[in-house]
Amino acid sequence: MEYFVQLFLGGLTRGSIYALIALGYTMVYGIVELINFAHGEIYMIGAFTALIIASVLGLYGFSEISIIILASIIAIIYSSAYGYTVEKIAYKPLRHAPRLSPLISAIGMSIFLQNYVLLAQTSDFLPFPSLIPEFEFMNPYSHIFSSAELVIFCTTAVAMTLLTIIIKFTKVGIAMRATAQDRTMAMLSGVNVNKIISTTFVIGSSLAAVGGLLIASHIGQINFYIGFIVGIKAFTAAVLGGIGSIPGAVLGGFILGWTESFATGYISSDYEDVFAFALLVLILIFRPAGIMGKSRVQKV
Amino acid sequence: MLKIRNINSYYGNIHALKGISLDISEGEIITLIGANGAGKSTTLMSISGIVPPDSGDILYMGNPIHSMSPDKIVSLGISQVPEGRRIFPDLTVMENLHMGAFPRTNKSQVSNDINYVFDLFPILTKRRNQPGGTLSGGEQQMLAISRALMARPRLLLLDEPSLGLAPIIVRQIFDIIKKINSEHNTTIFLVEQNANLALHVAHRGYVMETGKIVMEDSADNLLSNDDVKKAYLGL
Repeated sequence: MEYFVQLFLGGLTRGSIYALIALGYTMVYGIVELINFAHGEIYMIGAFTALIIASVLGLYGFSEISIIILASIIAIIYSSAYGYTVEKIAYKPLRHAPRLSPLISAIGMSIFLQNYVLLAQTSDFLPFPSLIPEFEFMNPYSHIFSSAELVIFCTTAVAMTLLTIIIKFTKVGIAMRATAQDRTMAMLSGVNVNKIISTTFVIGSSLAAVGGLLIASHIGQINFYIGFIVGIKAFTAAVLGGIGSIPGAVLGGFILGWTESFATGYISSDYEDVFAFALLVLILIFRPAGIMGKSRVQKV
Repeated sequence: MLKIRNINSYYGNIHALKGISLDISEGEIITLIGANGAGKSTTLMSISGIVPPDSGDILYMGNPIHSMSPDKIVSLGISQVPEGRRIFPDLTVMENLHMGAFPRTNKSQVSNDINYVFDLFPILTKRRNQPGGTLSGGEQQMLAISRALMARPRLLLLDEPSLGLAPIIVRQIFDIIKKINSEHNTTIFLVEQNANLALHVAHRGYVMETGKIVMEDSADNLLSNDDVKKAYLGL
């Protein structure tokens, strides 16, 4: 039973990271109907930025807490700037092109950013300092749920709550939903759609940066390629939950996290990816719109 | 108030507007009638900046607006109720109304205006927390007009407000259109296929055929014109 709980909590942590990144895919898809394949790279850039900032601040003897806060803020700003720029350079000029063109442009951006980091940094794995402190009150439970996992889960929960509040209640959030539902009508209502699209990319990139920092500090090493595999997994989570749906992305993230965690724990870690993608295939066969996605019905 | 001078607009590869010119003065109800595909909706979309004209001028209060973005045009005071209503289906009635007021920042004025449109269309009060997509066609048209009014337009563009609605609802909506015009001096540019109805509320009218304006006169003269009678009134 304890082993089950351990796997369950492990899946929860893993799932919350997937969910954080899946939100970026699903929000962008909801607004511009584009799979932003460069999103995984934004996450990777977030992790690299955090590493650089943490190393520099560590040299100057900053405290753990101030390092983690400053590193996340700068990682968020940096990743957002990348996300914003990628949209302006690679997607905006193609907004009226056939749908295949921005998709290919996205794949190109992904490859470009990977190689850019490879050349600017290194191809080796870099050790990432464990920024998250061990809490004393977690000691009795540390064999099933570490402090780092607790922080990851709580941070994700806070981020998602904030996002939900923004989307549901703020003016920008309502405009984002309106733009997703009918872009032309949003323009006719006085919404500057370009700004809304940029905002979406910035929010998605910020969440990815937070995810990058958390997971890198949990796993302890990063390289230029980490964005690819996590990106594919988060994309799977988004499709699983129903791409375009925000609660769907969160649910999909958790389901994927648990699937992997239990597959690893009860079978073998070799089967982690097999089960993750087998689940995707099954969902696509039996519920192509995803768990919470709905096929659009139009009233004429 | 609005002067359109010789505009040419393309809808994809189709040359939809071939040198359209028209004038709308403040406080008027102007109608544009014509058959399907004549270019009526494209005319409105060109004014709103969604389909910017390739050549020609659109002047609003003397200033050119034909190269402005749609959101700027809305904030100048030109709102459109597009064909097919285009309610945001997953937003509630209240959220749809707030979207109409998107460019505005004065919250208390906005909530006054929400009360105003609820007075115009009391049925919307009951539906306020329902998603727009669950409303009936008539209610959606009322919501679409209300949403456009939430921007406090000086010029209201209406595209086929009678489309697909029961005659009793159509009459109600046209009464409200007249009321908006007379009470607030809101200028109204009404595109309609139902020429009889449109010419009865309008002061002046334009007749459009395959991308060109073919006739322009007072509404009464158009109603008694033999060509109009034959082609659009079915008499």
